[in-house]
Amino acid sequence: MQLSGVINRFGWGERGLDLPQEASRDWLAAQLQGPDEARFTGVGDTADGLIALRTQRQEKLQGDPLLKPILRAEIATQLDGLLMTGQPFRERLAWFWFNHFTVSLRQGSTRGVVGAYMREAIRPHVTGRFEDMLLAVMRHPAMLMYLDNASSIGPDSPAGRKSHKGLNENLARECLELHTVSPAAGYTQADVTAFAAILTGWGIDMHADRPGFVFRGKAHEPGAKTLMGQVFPEGEEGGVQALHVLGTHPATYRHIATQLVGHFISDTPAPRDVARIVSVLRASGGDLGAASLALADLPDAGRPGGKFRAPMDYATAVMRALSLGGAPSGPDDPHAPAHSLLDAFAKLGQPLWTAPLPNGWSDRAADWSAPADMLARTDWAWRMAAHVRSGDPLDIAHAALGPALRRPTVLAMRQAGSRQDALTLLFSSPEFQRR
Amino acid sequence: MMLRRRSALLGLAASWTCGRASLALAGSGGGPDDPRLVVIILRGALDGLAAVTPYGDPDIATHRRDLLLPQPGREGGLLDLGGFYGLHPALAGMHDLYGAGQMLPIHAVAGHYRSRSHFEAQDYLESGADRRLDSGWLNRAVAALPGRGRRPDGYGLAMGLSVPLMLRGPAPVGTFAPAGSQHPDPALYSQIAALNAADPVTGPAFRDGLRARGFSDSVMEAAAPASGDGRKPDAFSVLSATAGRMLTAPNGPRVAALEIGGWDTHAGQAGRLKGPLSQLDRGVQALRGALGADWSRTVVLAMTEFGRTVRMNGTGGTDHGTATVALLMGGAVAGGRVGGTWPGLRQDQLFENRDLAPTTDLRAVAAGVLCDHLGVPGGALARIFPGTRGERMHGLVRVA
Repeated sequence: MQLSGVINRFGWGERGLDLPQEASRDWLAAQLQGPDEARFTGVGDTADGLIALRTQRQEKLQGDPLLKPILRAEIATQLDGLLMTGQPFRERLAWFWFNHFTVSLRQGSTRGVVGAYMREAIRPHVTGRFEDMLLAVMRHPAMLMYLDNASSIGPDSPAGRKSHKGLNENLARECLELHTVSPAAGYTQADVTAFAAILTGWGIDMHADRPGFVFRGKAHEPGAKTLMGQVFPEGEEGGVQALHVLGTHPATYRHIATQLVGHFISDTPAPRDVARIVSVLRASGGDLGAASLALADLPDAGRPGGKFRAPMDYATAVMRALSLGGAPSGPDDPHAPAHSLLDAFAKLGQPLWTAPLPNGWSDRAADWSAPADMLARTDWAWRMAAHVRSGDPLDIAHAALGPALRRPTVLAMRQAGSRQDALTLLFSSPEFQRR
Repeated sequence: MMLRRRSALLGLAASWTCGRASLALAGSGGGPDDPRLVVIILRGALDGLAAVTPYGDPDIATHRRDLLLPQPGREGGLLDLGGFYGLHPALAGMHDLYGAGQMLPIHAVAGHYRSRSHFEAQDYLESGADRRLDSGWLNRAVAALPGRGRRPDGYGLAMGLSVPLMLRGPAPVGTFAPAGSQHPDPALYSQIAALNAADPVTGPAFRDGLRARGFSDSVMEAAAPASGDGRKPDAFSVLSATAGRMLTAPNGPRVAALEIGGWDTHAGQAGRLKGPLSQLDRGVQALRGALGADWSRTVVLAMTEFGRTVRMNGTGGTDHGTATVALLMGGAVAGGRVGGTWPGLRQDQLFENRDLAPTTDLRAVAAGVLCDHLGVPGGALARIFPGTRGERMHGLVRVA
C-alpha cells in the first residue's frame, strides 16, 4: 500500500513536501492509538453558546451579535486544525462522524453550539464505542435543537396535558433512519412514535447557570414503550437503554459499516468489505477505532483514486499541498487561511456545517462532478495558485499525488508557462479530483 | 474598467491579473525629468529568433526552415531592421517605433542562470540574483532611489491577486484590485479539458462546463488551443492603458510592472506566436497612447525568462533554450538599431549545441535603464543585483 495514496484516501491530502517515514498502516494506527492532538483555542463550551443565545433572546438583540463571534472563533480554530493536523486520519474520522450526525447551521439557533458539538460530542468518541458517541450526540443541545426534540412533549405528560402539545418525531425518526439501524431494519411508524415518546423530556435547560442537557420528567410521556419488539421503561433510563440497543444493533453495525466503506473505499461498497467491517464492529462491541483501522486492511484501501473528492476534501487538499496555513487564523481576518478555506467550501458547493438535510453531505462522485462543480474548482484553484511564488510545481505534484500522478499531467505541467498555470493544471487534473 | 483601492494587502504589492496578463505598479515620485519605467515580463519564454529574426545569418535556414518567415519586402514577410535582422510582422506597431528611433531590441541576452525550468528561471529573472530571494530587483531599485521613502502615502501601488516577485521587497507598494472575479484564459481551460478528456467523470463535466461558458469546440480540442486570447482579446491592452493613465497622474506611480503569457510555443509555433506578439504590440501602443506626452520620458523593457531552441522540434515548435531578445521601447530610448553582440548560429557557435549563445547579461540591460533613465545610483547596483559587480550597458537611453 503506497503511503501517499493512504494519506489522500484516509487523510486530507499531503501537507508540504515531507512525507512521513512510517509504513502506511503504522502511520494510520498511531493516529488512532494516541490521544487526539487537536488543540482548539479561543473557544468556549456549549454552555457559553447557550448563554449567548439566551442573552440575545432576552434582550431581543437582532443580527446574532453574540452568536456570530462564537461561530467565527470555532471556524478559525477548527479549520486551522484541518489545515495543520498531523493526525489527518483521525481528523477525517471526526468530520465523517460529524457528517453522519449532522447538525446544520440552516437551523439558526445552532450557531453558538455547532462547533462545541463537534468538539464535545463527536471528537472524544472517534476511536471509542459507537454507542457512546450516539448517546453523547442525542443528549447534546445542538442535536436536540436541530432535530426539535427539545420541544417534543409527551401528550399524556403533565406538560402535555396542560399545554395540549405533543410529540415531535423528528429526532426519533432521523436517529432510526440515519444514525442507527436504517430502514433496512424494518421498523414501522409505530416504532418511530414509540421512540419519540421514549425521548420525550430530553431537552435543554436554558435557565441554569450553565445551560445544557436536562431530562424534564414533566414533559416525559408516562409508561413503558415498545420499540422494535423490546420494552423500555418510563423515564430517562428508558432512553438510555433504547440508545444502547440501537447503538449496538446488528442493523446499525451494517449501516455504519456501509457508510464507512462508502466514504473510505468506494461509492459502491462491496458486500465482502461491508461484511468485514461488520464483523469487526460485532467482535469489538462497536469499537470505532478498530473498525476504522480495519478499513485500511481492505483489499482496495490502497488503490489510488477510488474516491472522488467532495469540495471540502478538494479545497483542503489544495491548501495543504500548497502548505498554506500555519499561524493561527484571526477570527475576524478575512485573509486568514481558515477563512480562505471557509470561502472555498462555500464557493465549491459545500458550505461548512450547513448540510441541507439531516443526512449530511454526500460523498459520492455523482453529486460533486457536475460541469459547474469542475469549473468552480479550476477557477478557485487558479486564484489560489496565484499566491504561490516559490517552489517547483512538479515537486508539489509528486508530494501531493505520489504514484497516482499521471504522465500527461506531468507533461502538461512541464510545458506550462507559469507556476500559476502549472499548479492550476495539477489541481484540475483528474487524479487530483480523487483521493 | 473598474478599479478599487484596497487597504494594503499584506503591505505589499500585488498584480492586476487578466487571463495571463497582469499589471503591478510602483510609484517613485517626481524627479526633475520625472522618468517612467514599465517592465513587461513575457512569462513562458519568448523565442527571440522568431520575434527579431536574424534573416541575414546564413545558418538560420538550416535550423528552422519551416519556422522562417519570408524576407522583408515579400508578402507576409519580416519587417526590416537594418538589413540583418527582421521584426515579426505581428509587431508592426513596434516597427513604427523603430523607425522613429524609439525601439531598441537587444539580441542574445540571457539571465545569469542556465536553468531551463520556467519556474526557477522566472524566480531568478525577477529576483535578479543567483539564488532565490524574497524580494525583486525592481522593488530594490525603487527603494534605492534617493528621497523616495518620504512620501507618507506610500509611493508604490499594485493591482490584483498576487505580488510579482519582481516588485516585492522593502519599498512599500499599495494595491489595486479589479472588481469581479477572474478566470484562467481559454488556452489553459483547453489544456485542462484535454487533460481530463479520457476521464469518464471529469471529462464530460469539463467539456460541458466550458461549452456552457461559450467556448467553441475548437477551443476544447487539445491540439488546437485558440490563438489569441479568445474571450478577452484585449486584456493586455486594457491593462497597459490603465498603467499608462496611472503613470501620467501627477502624484501617481512612476514604475509599473506588467506580465503577459502565451510564449511557451512547444508546438505549432508559427501560428501560436502571432496572438501573443500582436497582443504585446497592441499593449505597447495602448500604453503609448495613454501616456501621451509622458511617452517621451518613458522606457519600456520587455523581457522573458529564457529563449528557445535554435532548431525546430518535431511538432513545429521550439523547446526551452537560453539566449533570446530583450525589447526596449519608449520616447526616451536611444533606438532605431539592434543592440547586443550576435554570436552566430553555426553548430560550434551554439550554446550546448542547441541554444542561441548568450552574449549580454540581461541584468546589465536592466541596470543600464535603472541608472541612466531612472537615476538609480550606480553604487546601488550591486545591492539590486546581488552577485554582480554593478555592470551596466551604456547608451540605452537618450541623453537629454
